[in-house]
Amino acid sequence: MTEERPAVVVRDIRKSYGELKAVDGVSFTVAEGEFFGILGPNGAGKTTTLEIIEGLREPDSGEVRLLGESPWPRNVKLLPRIGVQLQASSFFEKLTAKEQLQTFGSLYGVSPGTAADMLELVGLADKANEQENKLSGGQRQRLSIACALVHDPDVVFLDEPTAALDPQARRNLWDVLRAIRERGKTIVYTTHYLDEAEILCDRVAIMDEGRILALDPPAVLVRGLDAPTHVMVQKGVLSVVDASALDGVEEAHENEVTLTISTRQPAPVLSALAERGALDGLQVRTATLEDVFLNLTGREYRA
Amino acid sequence: MTAFRTLSLAMLKGFVRDKVTLFFTFLFPLMFLVIFGLILRDVGADKTRIAVVGDGQVVSALRDSGVLELEQYDDVDAAVQKVKDGDLPAALIVRGQQLEVRFAQSDQVKSATVLGIVNGFVDKANVAATGQPPRFTFSAEKVEDASLKPIQFLTPGILSWGVAVSAVFGSALTLVSWRRKQVLRRIRLAPVSATSVLSSRLLVSTGVALVQGGIFVGIAMLPVFGLKLSGSWWLAIPLLLLGTISFFALGMLVGAFAKTEEAASAAANIVVLPMAFLSGTFFPVEQAPAWLQAVSKAFPLRHMNDGMLDVLVRGKGVEALAVPAAVLAGFALVVGFLASRVFKWEE
Ligand SMILES: Nc1ncnc2c1ncn2[C@@H]1O[C@H](COP(=O)(O)OP(=O)(O)OP(=O)(O)O)[C@@H](O)[C@H]1O
Ligand SMILES: [Mg+2]
Repeated sequence: MTEERPAVVVRDIRKSYGELKAVDGVSFTVAEGEFFGILGPNGAGKTTTLEIIEGLREPDSGEVRLLGESPWPRNVKLLPRIGVQLQASSFFEKLTAKEQLQTFGSLYGVSPGTAADMLELVGLADKANEQENKLSGGQRQRLSIACALVHDPDVVFLDEPTAALDPQARRNLWDVLRAIRERGKTIVYTTHYLDEAEILCDRVAIMDEGRILALDPPAVLVRGLDAPTHVMVQKGVLSVVDASALDGVEEAHENEVTLTISTRQPAPVLSALAERGALDGLQVRTATLEDVFLNLTGREYRA
Repeated sequence: MTAFRTLSLAMLKGFVRDKVTLFFTFLFPLMFLVIFGLILRDVGADKTRIAVVGDGQVVSALRDSGVLELEQYDDVDAAVQKVKDGDLPAALIVRGQQLEVRFAQSDQVKSATVLGIVNGFVDKANVAATGQPPRFTFSAEKVEDASLKPIQFLTPGILSWGVAVSAVFGSALTLVSWRRKQVLRRIRLAPVSATSVLSSRLLVSTGVALVQGGIFVGIAMLPVFGLKLSGSWWLAIPLLLLGTISFFALGMLVGAFAKTEEAASAAANIVVLPMAFLSGTFFPVEQAPAWLQAVSKAFPLRHMNDGMLDVLVRGKGVEALAVPAAVLAGFALVVGFLASRVFKWEE
């Protein structure tokens, strides 16, 4: 993370649709080479924010600098340096995966040979001659990312690249995103998945109702929360009363299968449990971004 | 340049791989051409048949001339019965020097034709019998007239219509589907101009129009249909291209307003179908009432039809293209300008 020359600078942008404030005073900076996540529930304003930065929408007010330039109005000099995957995948009709990449590449003057490399990168080499509408949701998502990367841009914008994927496909895609990052690209991406943002991002902005509620590396956000750790064991190995009496336990409760103990001192609690031979079905869950979201908004996070 | 080439290729592939579009571009107009071509094939050649009883100088002159088709009967009653039944318009009964025509009153036009023809041959025979040279002479010569054999007006009409339909639908549907599938926004994020994207689609449309022209004319020229091209047929090519551009522009205008592919396709039909009927695609406009002919002049397809007819079959020269070309070019400019005004990148 070098701070000398930020890839993206956003200063107090706002965008309203009638009464609705889709983006309501958003500011942040993304450093070159950074993996930056924007996280938030449906309608938070993630897509609108991205599209303002990409130059697809004009903000009502505020300023955007993308690689030192203004993206609005359409800045042709900037376009070859940014790669965009829109939230809805956009493809030409009836073309195969390879042809899609060649066609998008040709818009940037990229040689047709690059298509094969891109398919390799996103793990679609064996689907090169498959028509786009015959690909699975996850494959199409990956093709869409490849189309955003085909001209080797410096900054990549991905709008919910992992939406609607099964867990396995999501993990595969994480590898792709990490590979892009390895190439030194700046990535700005949106997601609904807090756990994913925690794993992938250098920094995340948590957004809700058009505003950024918090912006920090995921670990910092979680640590700053000072939330209790949850220790879970099988029901019956220990009574709720005994558990509550242990040193350092704040609260204990159980349901049909699990006894859950909340504590800020997990080490002594765990050893006390071990002494009593009560570690059956042990699980330890530390605070996550979900707790951060709950803490910030007072609401459960619903993706 | 490579962007233009790759885009054109991409669109050509998209076109060729779409079975429905292929059907409406080639087979559908061809069906009309074949069906109308076969139904109307014999209309022009239809001669009047009459019954004949007996023989003689007048009858053999009639037979040689071939103006009427003669159906020979031995029995007067049988011949008259045919007329009574309405199967034949008239019966010619020859009794030596006496010629008698019994005709049906219901079809006065046909009867009058028959009476006139028979009368003419009788007069001629009378003059010949006097041995005198006739005082008045009369000669007839065939003129290539405005009323053509059906295939001659069907081919230019259906060709213009087919080209118009595929250009309008091609551009309207492409535009709408690209807008809906966000391809337009994605293109906007690439360093290419909208013009080069549109012109690559236009290139595909013009290529398609030329192929349509080749196929439709080629099939109409088969002996079953018997289309005869005039020497200046090649003048149809610039007309075809100009027409494609005009109707492509019209499609862009339709596509700018339509939100969905279905809406675009309905709107394109509403624009094209009435225009096709009023512009002489399926029947010559000359047969329509005068007010309708006047209305049809407002449609670019009418002028394209006229031009096609003139150069493909009537053998007129470049001067016949002046009005159609001016109308089509003007239409393309005005409509293209409007379309660019109302063009939207996104929904
Ligand atoms: N073109 C538009 N016209 C009117 N309202 C819009 C438009 N685009 C977005 N909005 C509204 O702005 C708000 C923010 O939308 P946005 O698409 O930025 O949310 P998002 O965070 O990307 O949501 P999601 O996770 O569902 O993609 C929403 O309430 C949406 O209804
Ligand atoms: Mg969104």
